[in-house]
Amino acid sequence: MIEVKNLTKKFGAVTAVDGISFEVEKGSIFGFLGPNGAGKTTTINILCTLLSPSSGSALIDGHDCVKDSSEVRKKIGIVFQDNTLDKELTAYENLLFHSYLYSVPKKGRKKRIEDALHFVDLIGRKDDPVKKFSGGMKRRLEVARSIVHQPKILFLDEPTLGLDPQSRTNLWEFISKLPEEQDVTIFMTTHYMEEAEICGRIAIIDNGKIIAQGSPEELKKMVGGDVIYLKTRDNARALQDIQNLLHLEAGELNGEVCIPVSGNGDACIPKLISALNDSVISVRLQRPALNDVFLKLTGKDIRPETVSGNNEIKDSIRSYRRKFDK
Amino acid sequence: MRQSDLNAIYVVVARELIKFVRERSRLVSTLARPLIWLFLVGGGMSRVVSPAMGVPYMQFIFPGIIGMTILFSSIFSSISIIWDKEFGFMKEMLAAPVSRFSIVVGKALSGTAVSTIQALLIVLLFPLLGLRLGLSQIMLVLCISMLLAFCLSSLGILIASFYESFESFSVIMNFIVMPMFFLSGAMYPVKLLPHVLGIFTRINPLTYGIDALKYMVFPLSTLVAHDFPLGLDIAVIASSSIVFVMIAGNVFERRK
Repeated sequence: MIEVKNLTKKFGAVTAVDGISFEVEKGSIFGFLGPNGAGKTTTINILCTLLSPSSGSALIDGHDCVKDSSEVRKKIGIVFQDNTLDKELTAYENLLFHSYLYSVPKKGRKKRIEDALHFVDLIGRKDDPVKKFSGGMKRRLEVARSIVHQPKILFLDEPTLGLDPQSRTNLWEFISKLPEEQDVTIFMTTHYMEEAEICGRIAIIDNGKIIAQGSPEELKKMVGGDVIYLKTRDNARALQDIQNLLHLEAGELNGEVCIPVSGNGDACIPKLISALNDSVISVRLQRPALNDVFLKLTGKDIRPETVSGNNEIKDSIRSYRRKFDK
Repeated sequence: MRQSDLNAIYVVVARELIKFVRERSRLVSTLARPLIWLFLVGGGMSRVVSPAMGVPYMQFIFPGIIGMTILFSSIFSSISIIWDKEFGFMKEMLAAPVSRFSIVVGKALSGTAVSTIQALLIVLLFPLLGLRLGLSQIMLVLCISMLLAFCLSSLGILIASFYESFESFSVIMNFIVMPMFFLSGAMYPVKLLPHVLGIFTRINPLTYGIDALKYMVFPLSTLVAHDFPLGLDIAVIASSSIVFVMIAGNVFERRK
């Protein structure tokens, strides 16, 4: 669905995107994971035909993003990082104008809009002006708007930025249903590790370069498998038993027996417990997180921004008002 | 022009008109300015300025105040593009499969519609000034207003297309809009200005618009002297509109 080869974008002396290549398969969710300023939004803007690349190529459903931009635009839906709804208009009007812009045929237009609103649970608020909506509702409305014209590919740029945890979970519920229910391929960016878990494939990007690609499981294997931690009545004996009976490597760490397992740890737990003859007090399984992958690859943590995009918008609203009040 | 582009023009115009109707405060505040100038400035000045120009001062500035209404509301309406750029709706339009040119044309047309409505509301004040206008005169004033509104809206889009944020708003107001107003013959005959400033009045499309409005409000040229022939006025407004729209369209079409 998306084919990107050696894509590079330079802004003056700064190289925002540095020779990246990847492919996204039809019907999958592809995640672009990286800290702020890594080049995620620049890549999305190139794929959405809002920016021209300095070199390299990008194909969307077989159409070139530079030469064939109008075909590309018809096939994609976008949820931008910052809100692009018209707050003075109602939810329905926002979607109606969108369907005009995308030449949605008059016949069935109303139903499509209502279906989309239904999908994100906003049908009951369809005639309310968007300015009365909460941050989470606005985001959901943007998701609804992006699917009204039935795009083949949906771009989501940091869709949960600035949302509270509950709205985030809620939004992900809708997003993860999209590929199946709306028959779209999703390309999303995020800097939240836990959000990237729902992706079929992930590319980790840092300083404009892709430093790793694969499914979340594949990436996690790069930092090793699961680790089981046990508290037992007699650690020394447990260590021996594990080595003799199960032929597993084990060690002691902070008063706990820790057993690194290759692959899936859950299946190992029952074996361990029965082998240790009820001397186990507690068991805990630790899976490698994507954060560990990022840490290992770049030597740094992905830090979520403390200032959200919303605050910046609010600041500029304030400065605008000050000017108008004068 | 393709159907998708007509749709885009429709969206831009409909959106602007819906907002115009919903935001009553905007209408009130944009109408307050010409009213203040007409009655407070005009009323006061008419006691100082001798009626040597043929008509009372308040009547003399009436075409200029119509021009001012159009100037401010057109520029404000176009400048909402910067607002849209900063707050995102422009991105939604720019990413849609429609030509940028249609967005520019839509924006110019919506500015024209909004400004002409406001100009009409000011024109209807004529009995208060002791003027007598016939229906045909009012219609002609509206035609000129519409043409001028299209021209100034296009100019506004052209200006707006060079700015990315609202920080530049006061710059536009103080260095473009206010000088355009004063150097247009709205408040005093252009001929009274020193030669250097006269050059600026000649490159100011508003000068030609107000001159044309004077033709319509005072058909007897014996009363108020005209600066240019009416044909020239209309030719300048029309041709500069086209130039502004073309340049603005091109600036928008450019991809970074």
